[in-house]
Amino acid sequence: MPPTTQPEITRHEYDVVVIGAGGAGLRAAIAAREQGKRTAVISKSLFGKAHTVMAEGGAAAALGNANADDEWRVHFRDTIRGGKFLNDPRMAELHAREAPERILELEYWGALFDRTADGRISQRNFGGHEYPRLAHVGDRTGLEMIRTLQQRVVALQQADAAELGDPEARIRVFAETAITRLITEGGDGDAPGRIVGAFGYRRVDGGFVVFEAPAVVLATGGIGKAFRTTSNSWEYTGDGHALALRAGAGLINMEFVQFHPTGMVWPPSVKGILVTESVRGDGGVLRNADGERFMFNYVPDVFRSQYAETEEEADGWYDDPANHRRPPELLPRDEVARAINTEVKEGRGSPHGGVFLDVSSRLPAEEIRRRLPSMHHQFKELADVDITAEPMEVGPTCHYVMGGVRVDADTAASDVPGLFAAGEVAGGMHGSNRLGGNSLSDLLVFGRRAGMGAAAYLDGLGGRPDAGAVVDRAASEAAAEALRFLKQGDGENPYTLHAELQETMNDLVGIIRRGPEMERALERLDELAERSLMLSAPGDRVYNPGWHLALALPNMVLVSRAVTAAALERTESRGGHTRDDHPGMSPEWRRVSLEVRSDASDRVTLTRRPVADIPAELLGLFEHDELAKYLTKEELPETVAADEAAEEGQS
Amino acid sequence: MSERVFRVWRGSGDGGGLAEYRVEVNEGEVVLDVLHRLQATQTPDLAVRWNCKAGKCGSCSVEINGHPRLSCMTRMSVFEPDEVVTVTPMRTFPVVRDLVCDVSYNYQKAREIPSFAPDPAKKPGDFRMQQVDVERMQEFRKCIECFLCNNVCHVIRDHEENKEHFSGPRYLMRVAELEMHPEDTADRRLIAQDEFGMGYCNITKCCSEVCPEGIRITDNALIPLKERVADRKYDPLVWLGSKIGRRPKDTPPVPNVGRYSNRT
Ligand SMILES: Cc1cc2nc3c(=O)[nH]c(=O)nc-3n(C[C@H](O)[C@H](O)[C@H](O)COP(=O)(O)OP(=O)(O)OC[C@H]3O[C@@H](n4cnc5c(N)ncnc54)[C@H](O)[C@@H]3O)c2cc1C
Ligand code: SF4
Ligand code: SF4
Ligand code: FES
Repeated sequence: MPPTTQPEITRHEYDVVVIGAGGAGLRAAIAAREQGKRTAVISKSLFGKAHTVMAEGGAAAALGNANADDEWRVHFRDTIRGGKFLNDPRMAELHAREAPERILELEYWGALFDRTADGRISQRNFGGHEYPRLAHVGDRTGLEMIRTLQQRVVALQQADAAELGDPEARIRVFAETAITRLITEGGDGDAPGRIVGAFGYRRVDGGFVVFEAPAVVLATGGIGKAFRTTSNSWEYTGDGHALALRAGAGLINMEFVQFHPTGMVWPPSVKGILVTESVRGDGGVLRNADGERFMFNYVPDVFRSQYAETEEEADGWYDDPANHRRPPELLPRDEVARAINTEVKEGRGSPHGGVFLDVSSRLPAEEIRRRLPSMHHQFKELADVDITAEPMEVGPTCHYVMGGVRVDADTAASDVPGLFAAGEVAGGMHGSNRLGGNSLSDLLVFGRRAGMGAAAYLDGLGGRPDAGAVVDRAASEAAAEALRFLKQGDGENPYTLHAELQETMNDLVGIIRRGPEMERALERLDELAERSLMLSAPGDRVYNPGWHLALALPNMVLVSRAVTAAALERTESRGGHTRDDHPGMSPEWRRVSLEVRSDASDRVTLTRRPVADIPAELLGLFEHDELAKYLTKEELPETVAADEAAEEGQS
Repeated sequence: MSERVFRVWRGSGDGGGLAEYRVEVNEGEVVLDVLHRLQATQTPDLAVRWNCKAGKCGSCSVEINGHPRLSCMTRMSVFEPDEVVTVTPMRTFPVVRDLVCDVSYNYQKAREIPSFAPDPAKKPGDFRMQQVDVERMQEFRKCIECFLCNNVCHVIRDHEENKEHFSGPRYLMRVAELEMHPEDTADRRLIAQDEFGMGYCNITKCCSEVCPEGIRITDNALIPLKERVADRKYDPLVWLGSKIGRRPKDTPPVPNVGRYSNRT
């Protein structure tokens, strides 16, 4: 197929189009289909291989199987603490309340979680969670989740085959298909138009597809590929974030990017690959080059009362958590990542610029192989390290974006009519820092809500709007735009531009940020934005990775602008946003979420939005002293009332 | 840093051949790193399927010097210093482009297997299962669907005509998994034989040898499934049932999901 022929565009009509086949997307699609909607699920990779498959540690849900004292309020409190009180409280509440149901539902669909002695789902410890709370399968929980949801989709297809004669009558998966544009209709300067469709290309043959649909659920995951050192795969180019911006939706909290404290650091080719937090949850400790368990020196004031001060106390916690405080290795991720960064910077790092993570001296070899099989395998195969006999070398890696599409908590609706978002692409749930394990449960809770939200939106529309002409026009425009990179013979190599972008973000908007550096980053991003329009991809349209990268680069640049602009604006440090020049946490900033929007030429603007108040009865879960560290004076509840409610909540 | 000769199969379903490249290799790299370097520096349109680069998603299956492997988990250090590295697409599935195959055979087979069927009287949260009982199936659920086992199995490797009647080790293992699930109520033993081609497998164990997850497919899934199928056949009650035209428990094939042959 010569690259320059006028493209043919395959047309489909659906009620709901779900972009993304990870945990959030599949759960949304299942919900929409169960509401009787004809649903398409679109994925850049093959069915069953979305990024969720990589999740290791587990899914957080207050099932109370490992410790009967656990309940949703405690999970809520941990989530808010982890997010440093910037979370959307309604999302955090729904998440904590509904996660157990969603996990049990997975089991009912065939998932096989590890068991407790009495035959229930076993739960493990993770950073920031007060009780063992993560439902898990060894260290391959994401695989179990994806496979179960995938098999649930197949079960629904089988049911439709029996009932309607066609397995794809109501739910169809479009694998290896990438959406490059959302199509809207109407709208003006102030109000965005409503969704009428989506346009994209098939990776396998380069053919174009357009979906005419009144509702779209974004479930595209994260943005990590904008950074050099990352645990994320090629899929994480921020497509959903960029699609939402261009359709007129707002993104919030984009300055908050989670650097996971433990990525591999050696050999270079695996730098960034994740080392699961379960290693620490199951007893692994961090040491610097002097052999010191340095995390004891980094317990911040706000967490002082909950974490152990001596090694003896910390070690006692694993077997007797009621009478010991937690080991500081299990502080929320932002704290641990910064601590490692400091140790390395001050010259106490390991030979390859990380620190040591040791489980070999903490658990018998057999137990390590049983509890952490894929870590054992990963280090043996990729780094020639036997984790049952020697420590690993680890350092921070870009892992997760807390920011995303601003949505209504209950329905996952964005402020573009017909556009919904769930999973990592949505913002608000995790505040300034996500707790480990809270993403997998988030995907299920809000994936389902997004599918139901989209279905309810359709019901509210009454009839199906006729937008055929708008969709067709937008599609041929988008097709011409996509083909441009194949025609620009003398443009730049997309791989080179990508490397420069990653360098810029890693070095100038990375784990520790400074105002002047971010200003430099914004200038560079302007330049990269220009250049990203001039890329050229040799070859034709069939499975052409250079072309695919060229199409994704403008998205990465746009999302990088959003991250950088918001990070420059927020003059404080909180969670996944650390400013060297503004190291303190400010109660005034706690009340503010930054919302990013973009214009027709991908330039971004910021507005400040108030963070919703935590309802009084939930605020009562926190001690007054703790609240005083986060909130402004006017926000603080009466001391007495707060303490009473806290006691109630704990009982 | 050193230099290597890589021979990479380039082409499409209509044909192609090996192209030779000289390419830089650094300490600790895997074959996928080198393929990426070829993309970035010499041939940006080289088609390679991958995702996680950590052996977790099963996307990057190819044949390296004739051995079916994950390219992201094959260290360059396993080759002799001056060994030429030849990378070709999986042979059992049609080529799309270069190293990327059309693996839809596998998805079709997955869809033909009757799904997990818990007792309708039970609700989510009612299951109680012991670790020892789930561990057997958990081994099979480690499967990352790289399809290397199906690729290597001689029943279909050079026998397109068998594809319609044989689900391959990956999906026979899935049947075994469901049959072992303590909360499952279906009985797929008869269709394992009649529809999914259990009988074609002559337990050569080639599938188990290539499995990157080290799953003992043949010993732990296929042989036990064969035994169960045999039990089902020789069970006198079932035999009697089938004589008088009644098969009380056998789960029928899933209707209307099509067959591999009429999709291609
Ligand atoms: C190594 C690793 C380990 C992790 N471990 C844990 C853990 O233990 N616990 C936990 O809670 N969280 C964990 N996380 C985080 C968690 O896995 C992710 O946040 C989560 O899986 C994201 O799911 P999702 O459904 O939002 O998106 P994904 O699963 O990433 O799916 C995104 C989907 O969108 C598709 N897509 C993207 N762009 C487009 C487009 N333009 N067109 C069409 N399709 C598109 C992709 O192909 C994919 O199908 C981990 C993350 C990593 C990287
Ligand atoms: S053991 Fe059976 S399924 Fe496995 S490769 Fe041999 S014949 Fe094929
Ligand atoms: S059983 Fe092993 S070889 Fe077969 S698809 Fe699964 S992981 Fe791959
Ligand atoms: S890229 Fe995921 S297994 Fe190789």
